[in-house]
Amino acid sequence: MNSIILRTASPFLVGLTVLFSIYVLLRGHNEPGGGFIGGLIGASAFATYTLAEGAAATRRALVLSPIALAGIGLLIAGASGLASLLFGDAFLTGQWWFPAFNPELKYLSTVVLFDIGVYLVVVGAILAIIIGLEDET
Amino acid sequence: MLAAVLTPFVLALAAPAVRRWAGPAAGWLLAAGPAALTLYFATLLGPVAAGEALSFSTPWVPGSGVMLSFYIDGLSLLFALLICGIGSFIVAYAAAYLHGHADLGRFLLFILLFMGSMLGLVLADNVITLFVFWELTSITSFLLIGFNHREARSRRAAVQALVVTGGGGLALLAGLLLMAQVGGSLELSVLLTQGELLRAHPAYAAMLTLVLLGAFTKSAQLPFHFWLPNAMEAPTPVSAYLHSATMVKAGVYLLARMNPGLGGTEAWQTTLVIFGGLTFLVGAVLALRNTDLKLMLAQTTVASLGLLVLLIGVGTELALQGAMAYLLAHALFKGALFMVAGSIDHGSGTRELTALGGLRRAMPLTFAAGALAAVSMAGLPPLFGFIAKEFVYKGTLDGPAALAVTACAVIGNALMFAVACLVGFKPFLGARTATPHAPHEGGPGLWLGPLVLATLGLLTGLLFNATERLLIAPAVAAVAGAPVPVDLYLWGGFKAPLWLSLATVALGALLLWRARPLQAALARRLGRLWGPDQGYDQFLDGLMGFARAVSARVQTGSLRRYLLLGFAVLALALVSPLLRHGLGAASFAMPMGDLYVWGVALLTVAGGLAIAFTQSRLVAILAMGVLGLAVAFVFLMFGAPDLVFTQLMVETLSVVILALIIARVPVSENDTRGWGRAVGDATLAIVIGASITLILLAVTGVPLDMSLSEYFAAKSYTEAYGRNIVNVILVDFRALDTFGEIAVVLIAAVAVLGLLGPRAEDKAAPESSS
Repeated sequence: MNSIILRTASPFLVGLTVLFSIYVLLRGHNEPGGGFIGGLIGASAFATYTLAEGAAATRRALVLSPIALAGIGLLIAGASGLASLLFGDAFLTGQWWFPAFNPELKYLSTVVLFDIGVYLVVVGAILAIIIGLEDET
Repeated sequence: MLAAVLTPFVLALAAPAVRRWAGPAAGWLLAAGPAALTLYFATLLGPVAAGEALSFSTPWVPGSGVMLSFYIDGLSLLFALLICGIGSFIVAYAAAYLHGHADLGRFLLFILLFMGSMLGLVLADNVITLFVFWELTSITSFLLIGFNHREARSRRAAVQALVVTGGGGLALLAGLLLMAQVGGSLELSVLLTQGELLRAHPAYAAMLTLVLLGAFTKSAQLPFHFWLPNAMEAPTPVSAYLHSATMVKAGVYLLARMNPGLGGTEAWQTTLVIFGGLTFLVGAVLALRNTDLKLMLAQTTVASLGLLVLLIGVGTELALQGAMAYLLAHALFKGALFMVAGSIDHGSGTRELTALGGLRRAMPLTFAAGALAAVSMAGLPPLFGFIAKEFVYKGTLDGPAALAVTACAVIGNALMFAVACLVGFKPFLGARTATPHAPHEGGPGLWLGPLVLATLGLLTGLLFNATERLLIAPAVAAVAGAPVPVDLYLWGGFKAPLWLSLATVALGALLLWRARPLQAALARRLGRLWGPDQGYDQFLDGLMGFARAVSARVQTGSLRRYLLLGFAVLALALVSPLLRHGLGAASFAMPMGDLYVWGVALLTVAGGLAIAFTQSRLVAILAMGVLGLAVAFVFLMFGAPDLVFTQLMVETLSVVILALIIARVPVSENDTRGWGRAVGDATLAIVIGASITLILLAVTGVPLDMSLSEYFAAKSYTEAYGRNIVNVILVDFRALDTFGEIAVVLIAAVAVLGLLGPRAEDKAAPESSS
C-alpha cells in the first residue's frame, strides 16, 4: 500500500504498539490483559508495518519466520508446564518463586512464562497468515 | 523382571551409537545383552519346574486398574528363552549379514525393540500390558519388514502385515476387555482361573471370535496366511527371527495362554481344528510349489503354525504335549534353516533352489547346520523333531475325528519332510552349479547361530529327560491349567505313532522323488488362482474407491455450498430446542435511559443493515468491523474489559485479513447473487439470528449458577497470586485447555500456509526474502 502518511507514521506506531502489547501481556495477571490480548495487539502492530512496508520488510524485522515464532511459543508454553513435574506436581501446575530481596515481586513464575508462550503463538500464527496473504498480492 | 523386559529397549536405543563406535564388533557386543538375559531366564528353569510362579507388578494407570504386571510360568519361560536365546544369535547374525550396510545401526535398533516387545508380550500378566506389547510387536515388525524402504514391494509387504495384524489387534483388544469385564479382573493370572464363568457367559461367542481374530491374523492362519510369505521381503535375519520363533508364534502363544480360560468348548475345538488343519495343508502344499528357499521356509512356517493351532484346538493332554514339543522343535530348526538360507544367499548370491547345488565343499559349516536342522524338521530320530512328531500323532489320535485329523497330519508332515530335504540337502549335494558369486563361507556370525540352534535340536532330543522336566512339562502345565504327567521318549515301541512316522517318511520320500514334476505341476495349476493376497488388494482398492466417491459427493469444492450447509445445520440445531421447549420467561432489561445505549444500538443496526444491503464486498467487510466495534461497546457497558480488548483486536485484524483475502481471491468486487439466491440466504440468516436472540433471552430467565464464579473469585488471588480472574483461569486453573487451544492456533496457521500454496511457504522463510 503506497500511502505516505502510513509509511511515515508506521515505525513509530509499530514501536509503541509492540511496547504496549508487552505491557498488556505482563500486567495481565492482575489487570485486564494477558498473553492472548497482548499477542493480538502485537500482531496488529506488525500487520500495520506489513501494510506500510510490505511483507519482505516485516520478515527482515522479525528475524525469525512467523511460523517458527509460533512454534517457539508453543514450546515455551509446554516447557513451562513440564517444570512442575520436577517439583512433583501435575503437568502445568503453576510454580512461583518469591525472591528474598523482594517477596512481593509476583512475576517470577512458570505461569508468566506460559503466558509469554501464548503471546508468541498468537503473534506468530496471525502474522504467518497476514504475511502469506500479502506476499501473493 | 521389569529390568529384564526393559534391557532390550535400552540396548535398542544404544544400538546405533554402539555400531558407530565399535564397528564390526557391534553385533557381538549387542548380542551379549540377550545372551545374559537367556542365562537369567535359564536360572529360573529349576524354580519354575518345581511349580513356583514368579510375578512382578507396579501401578501404571491405577485409576483404571491397569497394572504393569508380569508373570512367569512354564509357558512364558519357554517363550522367553526362545526369544532371548535365538535373539542373541540373530543380532550377531544380522551384524554379519548386513555387514557394511549404511543402515545397520537402525536395523539393530529395530530388532532389539522387537525383542523387548515380544518379551513383554509373553511375560505380561495384565491384559492391557499384553495388548500394548502385542501392538508394539506389530509396529516393530512393520519397521523391520519395510527395512528396504526404497523398494515398493517391501513397502507393500510392510503395510500389508501392519494392516492385517493391526486389524486383528483391535479385535483382540475388544476380546480382552470383554473377558476382563466378565471375569472381573484385568490380570490374566486371575482371569484364567475363571474359565467356568467365561465359558458359560452369553458373550462367550463374541469373546472367542474376537480373540481368535487376533490370534489368527498374527499367526497367519487361513484366510490371513498371505501376509507372511510377502513379509519375506525383509532381510533374512528378520525372517529367521520374527517369522520362525517369535512374532508369528505370538498368536499361538495367545491361544495356549487362553486355553484354560476359553478352551475346551466345542466351538473352540471345531474352529481351531478346522482352521489349523486347513492352514497346515495349504501351507505345506504352497511350500512345495515354491522354489525360492526363503519362500519355501515361509510357507512351511504357515503350515507349522497351522499344526500348532490344530493341536491346541484338540486340547487333550497328549495334544498339548505334542503342541509344546513341536513348538520347541520348530523354533530351533526353523530359525536355523532360515539363517542357513540367508547364508547361502550371502555366500552364493542366489536363493533359487533350481540354481543351487554342490555347495558342501565351499560351505561345510553351513551344510552341517542345514542338514542337522532339516533332519529335525523331517522328523527323524534322534533329533527333537522326531519326538515332537511322535507326540503330534499321539495328540491327533487322542482327539475328536481322530481319523481325519491324523490323516491330515500325516499328509502335511510328509510334505514337510520333502521340503525339509529340499531346503537342507539339495543346495549342498550333487554337482556344483554356477552361481552369481563364487560360493564361500561367511564369518562366524553367519554360521555360529544356525549351528548352535541345529545342535540344540539334537541335544534336546538326546537329553529328552531334561527337556521334558525343565521345558515341556512346565509349559504343558501352564497351558492345561493344571500339572500334567509328561513322558517323552525316543523309543516307544512298535505302536501307532511309530507306524504313522514310518508312513510319513515313506510318503515324504515318494514326494521327494517326484519333487521336480510335482513342483512344476503345482506352479502351473496354482499360478493364476485367485487368492486372499489379491483379495487384500481388491479390498484396499475398493476402500479407496469408496472414499473417493464419498469425498466427490460431499466435498464439491464450492465454498458457498459448504457455508450454506454449515449454517443450515446450525439453524436446525438452534430451532429444534425452541420448537421442543417453547420460549422461556426472559428476565432481562436493557438499560434504556442513557443516550449512549441508543448510540450503540444504532451503530449495531446500521452496521448490520450496511452488510445486508451493500453491493460492494469491501464495504461489507468494513461494515462488519463496525458491527464488531458496537459489540465491543456492549461488553464495555456490562463490565467485561478483557472481552472488550479481545473483541476490538479480533475485529481489527479480521478486517485486515479479510481485505487481504478479497484482494487475492479472484472474485468480482461486487455481490453477484441473483434475487432468488439472495432471498434464500437472507431467510437462513434471519432464522439463525432470530433463534439465537430467542434462546439468549430464554437463558436469562434461568437463574445463573454462581458457584464456579465464586470459587474462582475466592481462589484466584490466594492460590494463583493473580487478581484478573479471566487471565488466571486461562493460564493457571485451565492452562491445559489453553495449551490445547494455542496448539490448534498454530496448526491452523500451518494449514493456512499450506492452502496458500508452496510459494507462500517458501517465501515465509526469511532466507528467501529479497
